[in-house]
Amino acid sequence: MSAVTVSDEQATSTKAKVIQPAWVRALHWTNAFAMVLMIMSGWQIYNASPLFGFTFSSSITLGGWLGGALLWHFAAMWLLMVNGLIYLVMGLVTGRFRRKLLPITPEGVISDTKAALTGKLSHADLTRYNQVQKLLYAGVIIVGILIVLSGLAIWKPVQFQYLTALFGGYEAARYVHFFCMAGIVAFMVIHVVLALLVPKSLRAMIIGR
Amino acid sequence: MGRMRNLLIPGVDKTLLVRDAVKSMPDLTRRRFITGGASLGALTLLTGCDVTDSFSAEEMLKQVSKFNDGVQALIFNPHAMAPTYPESAITKPFPFNGYYDIDDAPEIDGKSWKLEVRGLVDNKKSWTLDELYQLPQVKQVTRHICVEGWSAIGSWTGVPLRDFLKLIGADTRAKYVWFQCADRDGYNSPLDMPSALHAQTQMSFKFGDEILPRAYGFPMRIRVPTKLGFKSPKYVISMEVTNDYKGGFWEDQGYNSFSGS
Repeated sequence: MSAVTVSDEQATSTKAKVIQPAWVRALHWTNAFAMVLMIMSGWQIYNASPLFGFTFSSSITLGGWLGGALLWHFAAMWLLMVNGLIYLVMGLVTGRFRRKLLPITPEGVISDTKAALTGKLSHADLTRYNQVQKLLYAGVIIVGILIVLSGLAIWKPVQFQYLTALFGGYEAARYVHFFCMAGIVAFMVIHVVLALLVPKSLRAMIIGR
Repeated sequence: MGRMRNLLIPGVDKTLLVRDAVKSMPDLTRRRFITGGASLGALTLLTGCDVTDSFSAEEMLKQVSKFNDGVQALIFNPHAMAPTYPESAITKPFPFNGYYDIDDAPEIDGKSWKLEVRGLVDNKKSWTLDELYQLPQVKQVTRHICVEGWSAIGSWTGVPLRDFLKLIGADTRAKYVWFQCADRDGYNSPLDMPSALHAQTQMSFKFGDEILPRAYGFPMRIRVPTKLGFKSPKYVISMEVTNDYKGGFWEDQGYNSFSGS
């Protein structure tokens, strides 16, 4: 009897050890790959008609010229969109978004930011996100939705003209698309630095534990 | 390093692959395109696709672009009108745009110019400018969106292309209307029939109520406000109604052929 109880407990503890389930890991890395393709080809497209007084160095762009970059951008967009849709549906259906990302409170974000900056933030339990993580992860999901919608608004300003109008017209949608990219790149920099500072979080996103 | 190379494209002669890809690339840009291509080839390899019959990233991207042509044809709503604007919204000055300087733009003599009509039409007679000017014209103030990203609002006046196609007895079940132009190096561009029959697609003879100036395509340009700017050819000299995909100046270099807005 007691042996059975022990193995049950073991089973439960092994199960509890899985920090990132396989579907999250698969979608995360697919998204990372698609996003890098989209951003690098997007920079090359930006260079054809810059919104600001700078262009991106061709050493960090993809496609070689506008035509090549557009081919990459409009190919990788399918990967990004399909992968992103599966992620949103799974996140809602499994309750992962609600469980992991909510609630977010201003007080919690402030106290966790202070704790992070003074080196007092605990990383003992990686299955539970701190308030800063929750805010950044929820935020980047929203920006991710916005960048796809503003992209569709730029791509089809006649067929999807109501969507384009929602962004304030074609020209405004280009700026929204650009600033969403800037937000995502800023997130990626912080995200990668923090993952490297807490390597077991990176391990969890690769092997699950 | 040697090991990395082996991982990249095993089973594929790298030299041949590169030579293959280089063939149809615009000069300055080949190298970056291929760098990207090689790593994507490696990814496809990891997913277990067969790369032995001369797979290249360029070929895959072309296939996706063709797929996107189909998607856009499905999205295209013949009854959706491009937004129109008040005259006060017109961009001044409206930009000249081309792959050559304005000094190299075609100089066409309107007196001797004729629009040639070919292909699947009942009446293949050529049209003089005076004859075309007699046809009923309409004005539109719409946004011209360049493949590069910038846009400008302009006012174009001309004959709806669908009226002209009807007049010459074109077979509107054909797939394309293919335009040839007087630009240096021979500009041309195919237009899918549903877009050609769109109410706002026009044979433009005027810009801003004035006879189309040389910069904007005198004596006649096609204006397709439901597509990117390069699908609106200038200095048109002939149109052909056809079921064959005959390619186009930019389309052949990699711009998506449908390029709908």
